[in-house]
Amino acid sequence: MKPGRPAMRHSAAAVCIATVCAALAATPPDTRKSGAEFMSASTQAMQRDDTQNPAMLWVGGGEALWKAKAGKTDRSCGSCHGDAKQSMRGVAARFPAFDKASGRVITLGQRIDMCRQGAQQAAPLKPESEDLLSLESYVALQSRGMPMNPPQDPGTIAAAARGGQLYRQRIGQLNLSCAQCHDENWGRKLAGATIPQGHANAYPIYRLEWQAMGSLQRRLRNCMSGVRAEVPPYGAQDLVDLEAFLSLRAKGMALETPGVRP
Amino acid sequence: MARTLIHMPANARKGEVIEIRALIAHPMESGYRPDAGGKLVPRDILTSFTCRYNGATVFSAELHPAISANPYIAFFTVATESGTLEFSWQGDHGFAQTEKMPITVSGS
Amino acid sequence: MTTRRQLLQAGAALPLLALVRPASATPEEMRAAISAYTGGVLPKTGKVVFDIAKLIDNGNAVPVTISVDSPMTAVEHVTGIAIFNERNPETDIVRFTLGARSGKAEVSTRIRLATSQKLAAVARLSDGSYWQQTVDVIVALAACIEGEAP
Repeated sequence: MKPGRPAMRHSAAAVCIATVCAALAATPPDTRKSGAEFMSASTQAMQRDDTQNPAMLWVGGGEALWKAKAGKTDRSCGSCHGDAKQSMRGVAARFPAFDKASGRVITLGQRIDMCRQGAQQAAPLKPESEDLLSLESYVALQSRGMPMNPPQDPGTIAAAARGGQLYRQRIGQLNLSCAQCHDENWGRKLAGATIPQGHANAYPIYRLEWQAMGSLQRRLRNCMSGVRAEVPPYGAQDLVDLEAFLSLRAKGMALETPGVRP
Repeated sequence: MARTLIHMPANARKGEVIEIRALIAHPMESGYRPDAGGKLVPRDILTSFTCRYNGATVFSAELHPAISANPYIAFFTVATESGTLEFSWQGDHGFAQTEKMPITVSGS
Repeated sequence: MTTRRQLLQAGAALPLLALVRPASATPEEMRAAISAYTGGVLPKTGKVVFDIAKLIDNGNAVPVTISVDSPMTAVEHVTGIAIFNERNPETDIVRFTLGARSGKAEVSTRIRLATSQKLAAVARLSDGSYWQQTVDVIVALAACIEGEAP
């Protein structure tokens, strides 16, 4: 070998290795796990199989409501939005989102209710009502499998930032924050149940504990009640901000709605 | 009228064993659950499920409070002839609901 | 779901606790219920497969599948399948009626289990014989750090 060549080869190789290492370090492995990963095989099977998933009862109800004429305008959701499979594809993955008309960040449920009252001139859909959960489940099903994709506008980002602060804030007599269980102690046991990471990628869910369908806000309020904190009412901006943060936290994870959880 | 979901094939060959899955929305209030004040919520359950194939009962179930809310039942039956399968649920407080599904059986 | 705090705040705590903890079935009652189902015949162990998770996420909705080894012909078939338990408030869970037209002796449903316990699935055959399979399941109760907010 001629003198000088081995040195060049070594440094070229070193640069190559360094670049590859840097590239690998720049994209750390995704350690996020859906709540489904913490469930037993039989609960996972319940979610996977549409012919046994109890949540499909609500999806069926939602489909019927989508097609039914309602309100003073005597229009159905379909009258404006056509076939939900096309028009609602990707929609649930982009909520909560900033709504220009009302000047605040809103959830999918609030958006559906706005249409109900505004475009259809029909009676409001109460939070956690069968009708609202059914419509939410049906609309969100059209985004099943798609990555969570929260909007990047300043309003939504600001809501997510406020939600992040709430997520890390200790609350209640038990003086616990969401982060303490779901960021620092996920995978560990709490009274026989495994603590999940708490991602919001499957809502509304059929929760075995509730024996019914429920929203993310119901779940958040239950946790707050559990740590003996004051619980904000449904629709409170704090809950919406938390939802916005959780959507950002789960960005890129596949939507599983309608989920089944223990 | 409670929401129901019934999965079964619309077509089958004569003699084929088909699977039927039936779901119905119902709280199946066991009568053993305390409410927020500590009082037991009164029982309100579905007590029976029957499948009739062109009028003949081919399957039935007697349900007790230990059946989960939104009862799910899966079972099998032989496709014998074209016609209608009727699924009936009965329960406390006079609950009664029937759903019908058609079946076309070839070679019959 | 009632929290301990709500129960204590209700004042007369002891009677309420008694209401919250109803009497449960016992192993003797399960044996008696099986005996009543079989007309006194002791079921033989076998033919019945009791498919259920051994460790259960939540006792409110536990999937089960019972299958019985039978040709399901006009002359030899399963006529009934019943599931019993030892520790729920009631011994009976469900009783299925099958027949030659069933084609396959397999049923699935979802059941409630109050606590860890033994379960029995008993099959009645057209020849008058009875077969059973028992399982022991462990039920993990919901995390204590949660309440249903009004």
